[in-house]
Amino acid sequence: MKTFNRIVMVVVYAFLYSPLLLMVFFSFNSAKSTSVFEGFSLKWYGELFSSSDTLEALRNTLILAVASALISTILGTLAAIGIFRVRSKFFKQTVLAVTNIPMMNPDIVTGVSLMLLFVFVGRLIGLTEYLNFWTLLIAHITFNLPYVILNVLPKLNQTDRSLFEAAQDLGATPSKAFFTVVMPQIVPGIISGAIMAFTLSLDDFVISYYTSSGFQTLPLKIYSMTKKIVKPDMYALSTIIFVTVLALLLISNIFQMRTEKKQAGVS
Amino acid sequence: MKKIVCMVIAVALIFTLAAFPVSCSRLDTVENLEGDYTGLEGTTLYVMNWGEYISDGSEGSLDVVKAFEKVSGIRVIYDDSTPSNEAMYAKLKSGAVAVDVVIPSDYMIQRMINEDMLQTVDTSKIPNYKYILDDYKNLYFDPQNQYSVPYTIGMVGIIYNTTLVEGTPDSWDILWNEAYRNNILSFNNPRDGFATAQFLLGQDINNTDKALWDAAADKLKEQTPILQGRVMDEVFNKMEGGNAAVAPYYAGDFFLMKDVNEDLDFFYPKEGTNIFVDSMCIPKSASNYEGALMFINFMLEVEVALANAEYISYASPHTGVRNHEDYSLKDSQILYPDEAHKPRTQYYHDLDPEIRAYYEKLWEEIIR
Amino acid sequence: MKKSTNVFLNAPYVVWAGIFVVVPLFIVLVYAFTDANGNFSFDSIIALKDYWNNFLLSLLYSLVATVVTLIIAYPFAYALSKTPAKTQKIQMMLVMLPMWMNLLIRTYSWMNILDQNGIINQILLSMKLKPVTFLGTPGAVIFGMVYNYLPYMILPIYTVMAKMDNSLVEAARDLGCNGFNVWRKLILPLSMPGVISGITMVFVPSVSTFYISQKLGNGKIMLIGDTIERQMQALNNYNLGAALSLVLMILILVSMFIMNRFADSTGEGGVVV
Repeated sequence: MKTFNRIVMVVVYAFLYSPLLLMVFFSFNSAKSTSVFEGFSLKWYGELFSSSDTLEALRNTLILAVASALISTILGTLAAIGIFRVRSKFFKQTVLAVTNIPMMNPDIVTGVSLMLLFVFVGRLIGLTEYLNFWTLLIAHITFNLPYVILNVLPKLNQTDRSLFEAAQDLGATPSKAFFTVVMPQIVPGIISGAIMAFTLSLDDFVISYYTSSGFQTLPLKIYSMTKKIVKPDMYALSTIIFVTVLALLLISNIFQMRTEKKQAGVS
Repeated sequence: MKKIVCMVIAVALIFTLAAFPVSCSRLDTVENLEGDYTGLEGTTLYVMNWGEYISDGSEGSLDVVKAFEKVSGIRVIYDDSTPSNEAMYAKLKSGAVAVDVVIPSDYMIQRMINEDMLQTVDTSKIPNYKYILDDYKNLYFDPQNQYSVPYTIGMVGIIYNTTLVEGTPDSWDILWNEAYRNNILSFNNPRDGFATAQFLLGQDINNTDKALWDAAADKLKEQTPILQGRVMDEVFNKMEGGNAAVAPYYAGDFFLMKDVNEDLDFFYPKEGTNIFVDSMCIPKSASNYEGALMFINFMLEVEVALANAEYISYASPHTGVRNHEDYSLKDSQILYPDEAHKPRTQYYHDLDPEIRAYYEKLWEEIIR
Repeated sequence: MKKSTNVFLNAPYVVWAGIFVVVPLFIVLVYAFTDANGNFSFDSIIALKDYWNNFLLSLLYSLVATVVTLIIAYPFAYALSKTPAKTQKIQMMLVMLPMWMNLLIRTYSWMNILDQNGIINQILLSMKLKPVTFLGTPGAVIFGMVYNYLPYMILPIYTVMAKMDNSLVEAARDLGCNGFNVWRKLILPLSMPGVISGITMVFVPSVSTFYISQKLGNGKIMLIGDTIERQMQALNNYNLGAALSLVLMILILVSMFIMNRFADSTGEGGVVV
């Protein structure tokens, strides 16, 4: 059984990572090709860092991902608490059903319907340009929100109501009781919601494609290359992102293990 | 201890990756400018172009947009996320964006003129317009030369792998040759796709006879079983990697593939082929008309046009480029064939909506 | 006090969802039932009859992809939940990490691996075996779906498995249950919510995908996502695009409804995320 488990894990990891290894490999290609390797070279990394618009696209992507994750986390957490506190079953079910729509909906429908809305509203109030950074941000917040809410809500359901009431009995104001008693319990949910929102925003291209203009993100930039040729500098950029995230993961894990050890030592 | 070492290595890795190449900077100055680029400092210009369709400073080339910003003081919003003429048309038509310069292809320019989406381009304010070859003035889509300034010229030809193809092919029928079953690629867009069959059948590619379109559709359906795939950008990887024997594509792109795979060769089919001109235009929605004229003039500066011609490797309509001693593709028989080797060529015209809907419907049946 | 706090907490989201979720849905509805000039019309709805094959194909492919994903993800999630607790968190991140890379680049990489003269076929050739055609086949498209959505199946299944009480399994064994029965009677029902959630997260995006089918299908396989994309983007036909989207949406909702009913009847209900 143990060997079977091990084999399964190795196979799945190999499956998940083989295209990424290939990506890393071709980022060091000396030729302008992502299918034929001619020789080792760092030239695409050089290209990358001297190209202002690629770095701008990276910056735009991060701005968008951070902003949309942040706003949707705040909005979504508030909404989750609100939904949790409301007694009306009808209200609860209706709001949850609406929350599910952007998740159930394929990206292409979400993107297209939002574009139609923006053009419609833009026409109504007589704008000359309907799509811009703000429409893109709205779109990203909209598809991030359900993931935040559905990560926070289960944590709220797990909280112990009596603790919250006990704190109030001991003289804490409701808001103080909330922040000192309930908040710490739902933080993991908030964090995982935020991470999921950030991840989704980072790689979204279908919805962005229909709702933006002039504000170029990395996925949009890479897609635009597909009319001519996808240059290896995009592979180089992805490799850097890949290595950075991997390193950050490792570091955070090490820190966590160390603090856990310390805590274990104290208690 | 092991963990600390790991951490140090990880951090070091990030820093080296992030720090080492920042020293390279791009070429963003043009030496001999003819035009006057003053007076519009501080304004903004929205340029919409295809991806990889301008010299962008990579591999030692000139960064055209940067150079223009530097010399004019205009801030350029350069948007190259549009994937096709149709998508560009849709975005402009919906009015969702206000664009100052666009670079559509001929048939789309015709449609946009007909639908009153373009402004006249005041060529008297574009001194470098004198460089445009007369052959590319007054073309069918813009007979009085009021709306467009030619940027690039392309022709469709057939790329083949000499290790996989016998002899020297010269006809569209190679795309229907059973011997290359599962090794043939074709276009994944209706107009170019239909044209391959239309030329083979000796049809006019702009005909409005539904029966002829039906015949072309039948020809394409006949080809489907031996086709490896219908591709666009994937053609680079597939031809470079020797994954397919033969594929029709745009002449200039052949050079990019040839750079990677020596075994590739190219020909223009004897039955004739499509020629296209992508031209710079100013949409009605433009908010910086003067800036647009200035940008177009800048694009026609000899050094700039040369950089673009080298980078894109499509044919240039610019006399200053064609006669330039540094132009590496000057003597290319593929881009500039002499009279004896010139293929018969035909432009796409914008067809009326009914025929368009008809062939789009046929195309859907073919690719399904 | 309490009531007003609730209003304050709920109002922003309710307003947001109303404008950016509910209103767009109505716009889709309006476009589906009008023509290019904005007049009421059934043309787009009637035109849908040409696309049933497309819908069926998409449903079929994503169904197969979901089943394959489940078959791979289930034992993996189980194996993962049995590894030392310390490494589980980082392993979970390792499963998610590939999803942070660009979809287009990942797909291009697979094309390099699976192409006629790609890495796999070169290996086959060097072993004197016959090369295999992968790209352009339904298998390649399903493969692409499985690859791209596998982590979304692993994540929820792993979450429920990790929470599972090991003492229950031991108790069942002590009471004489054999391995298969422990799995069938105990582990499977307990992991059901994760499975259901995973199925949702894989099936929904698979049905509507368009990039994967276009690239790995060599442009020869048209799924409904490709059709909608083509109508909206290349043909500028928002009406037909909206009508197609509407049907797709209804199909997904119906599938989800059926699945949830099925899930309820097995005793463990609802979609959990």
